[in-house]
Amino acid sequence: MNTFSVTRRVMLAAAAATLSFGAPAFADGHQVLDDVHFLIPGGAGGGWDGTARGTGEALTNAGLVGSATYENMSGGGGGKAIAYLIENAESLENTLMVNSTPIVIRSLTGVFPQSFRDLTLVAGTIGDYAALVVGKDSEINTMDDLLAAYRADPANVAVGGGSVPGGMDHLVAALAMEAAGEDPTAVKYVAYDAGGKAMAGLLSGEIAALSTGFSEAIELAKAGEVKIIGITAPERVESFPDAPTMKEQGIDTEFVNWRGFFAAPGISEDRVAAYQDAIAKMYDTPEWEEVRARNGWVNIHNPGDDFRAFLEAQETALGDLMKKLGFL
Amino acid sequence: MLEGLLVGLSTAFSISNILMVVGGCLIGTFIGMLPGLGPMSIIAIMIPVAIGIGDPSAALILLAGVYYGAIFGGSTSSILINAPGVASTVATSFDGYPLARQGKAGKALTVAAVSSFSGGTIGAILLLIFAPMLASVALLFHSAEYFALMVVGLSAIAAFAGSGQVFKALLMTILGLMMATVGEGALFPMARFTGGIMDLQSGFGFITLAMAMFALPEAIYLVLDPKRSQQEDGSSTGEIKELRITREEARAIIPVIGRQSVQGFLIGVLPGAGATIASFLGYAVERNIAPKEEQEQFGKGSVKGLAAPETANNAACTGSFVPLLTLGIPGSGTTAILLGALIALNVSPGPRLMIDNPDIFWAVIISMYLGNLVLLILNLPLIPYIAKILAVPRNYLIPFILFFTLMGAYIGQNNATELLILVGFGVIATILRFADYPLAPLLIGFILGRMLEDNFARAMQLYDGPGFLWERPMTASLLVLACLLIFLPAYRARRARLRAEGVADAD
Repeated sequence: MNTFSVTRRVMLAAAAATLSFGAPAFADGHQVLDDVHFLIPGGAGGGWDGTARGTGEALTNAGLVGSATYENMSGGGGGKAIAYLIENAESLENTLMVNSTPIVIRSLTGVFPQSFRDLTLVAGTIGDYAALVVGKDSEINTMDDLLAAYRADPANVAVGGGSVPGGMDHLVAALAMEAAGEDPTAVKYVAYDAGGKAMAGLLSGEIAALSTGFSEAIELAKAGEVKIIGITAPERVESFPDAPTMKEQGIDTEFVNWRGFFAAPGISEDRVAAYQDAIAKMYDTPEWEEVRARNGWVNIHNPGDDFRAFLEAQETALGDLMKKLGFL
Repeated sequence: MLEGLLVGLSTAFSISNILMVVGGCLIGTFIGMLPGLGPMSIIAIMIPVAIGIGDPSAALILLAGVYYGAIFGGSTSSILINAPGVASTVATSFDGYPLARQGKAGKALTVAAVSSFSGGTIGAILLLIFAPMLASVALLFHSAEYFALMVVGLSAIAAFAGSGQVFKALLMTILGLMMATVGEGALFPMARFTGGIMDLQSGFGFITLAMAMFALPEAIYLVLDPKRSQQEDGSSTGEIKELRITREEARAIIPVIGRQSVQGFLIGVLPGAGATIASFLGYAVERNIAPKEEQEQFGKGSVKGLAAPETANNAACTGSFVPLLTLGIPGSGTTAILLGALIALNVSPGPRLMIDNPDIFWAVIISMYLGNLVLLILNLPLIPYIAKILAVPRNYLIPFILFFTLMGAYIGQNNATELLILVGFGVIATILRFADYPLAPLLIGFILGRMLEDNFARAMQLYDGPGFLWERPMTASLLVLACLLIFLPAYRARRARLRAEGVADAD
């Protein structure tokens, strides 16, 4: 039995080590909120999970929030958590739900009946631009090359991505092709069930180009695996200035895959203001900078009404495109 | 290369890093035993700890230890209580659990530990020598080949299609394939066959279904039949009659381990395949090339049938580091999480890793070898204690199995509906078992179905039709191989029977 007690001690040590990371630092006078409960509409280890836990870590370590707790509630592509937040609104004053661009897409396609309008909009906090990339040995170097190849033989220029047809990666590719004057429905989009598999598809030559997140693309471009031929940012991005924008190549496309936080409908204005205050202050803390840099996130802060205007604009743009593509 | 190897050796063999491996293996093994917590979630839990360490080599060594520990822990629950918590250990339960039922739990765990160790170690050596070369081989596989590979994997169901069972096994496979189509497919934006139930949007959960098909019916059987907790020869299940592997058994499994280390590793190298496919393929190949009398033992407690998937899934896990380290492509959910950890530690995997950070590259590879060795040393002495779980009286054992089964289904998703699905399918599975329908083909069909469909649809789209079936030689050869694996044993059996009849006639 001796062996067992040793292992238990190791496990406890490991557990203690884990806990100490989430432990609140002593509030040094600027604490905004006592506690925040993060509702994560997907399982552990996903993008939503990382965003909520990273934000909670920065908020507590910086002393802006006393303590943070987390709850994973997957199901219905995020719809289950949204329904839960609305149905139990009265008792969920201290709850923040994380979400991202798919809430717009999935409410358009009717995966769930609710939309962002049914929730209290707290703030968009981070984002990632989208990128079109090609393999390092590809003859394609610019968007013009890609378009030329496509015009010469549309059937042989497949664009891949890690989301379903009608999902984000497909919409970004279609947005770019449409802005370049092509028929977005004619583009052959090949869907993979994960970004890594899509990247393998690109490197094996199965697809000609890949639509993916910019931060993922940066890592592979730095490793010399791919060439980034266009990103959906308004201007070149500081962290990787070698990547040309779509705009500078004459393709008028902008797209941000945002992530942000929502609260239950009808919670008090004071509470909403406190959430927004804590998040706004978070950006200037070294604790946030550490989490942000570790995850390669881009700060895109859109509090309250700005968030609403942003979401409405995105909904219109994506909705129009999805109608053209026949998904609505 | 030698210089890098030496730097790696000195990094990996520091006291603190050896402690990392030991700690990682222990944590991984114990948490991994709980169904529902697979390598992916355990690594996700451990990432903040690893990042807190700061030193990328040490962090990776810790995570590699956790990874191997978790895979080994997963096979323990498959063998002891028929509850495979990870898809890659489903094939382990096919023969591991029957062995445990025969009172050979200790032996089964030993075979599993030795096979895992050998698969992982041979895999690590192959990785050491061939990693840079294999990176390009991994990219030869297109969707068409992955589709064909899944078809080869499906041939594993032949093991459950005994005499008079062929129709039932096929029926269950088709049912499994159908269940894989529920939910949002990767290729269609619409949810299919969900019946309007929001929780089915992303399909049935693997763990829920595995628990419903294997662990829950077993627990119900134990309740219904008090004699079942006793062995066929009357001794209690918990009694560990045989721990050691006999000389004949060792002779039987050595060639299996040799073949499956290489085969499993190569399948693991492919970014779209991974440990689950490797374990099914390993099981299918070993069963179908085994002599007739041994073949009939498969599914009833064959040590070969246990050694094959256990070797293959560990070798494949090692193989999956090839695309991760040399190309920066994660081939599985687990390696995707590891990639995230690497990036967080400011290490960019890819062809430049070996040049820019040789210490990290080699330290990881050496830590794999070390991880496997530590795992074996730690686990062999523990096996008698672990196997004692089965000696617990059934009044306590049954609630224990039920608790872990229900918790396993709930813990990953925190979704109570999973429990209703689990119980519902658990009851159906129990009825099917009473009617003597094999449940393993259903689960194989379910696991492979989604990948089969995705790759088939992608290939159809890329080739504007089924042209890939004959235009790509590798696809065609894999499909021919699948046919051979399915029909060769039947043909051999028929010929043997004809010959026996011929002899009888001559008399």
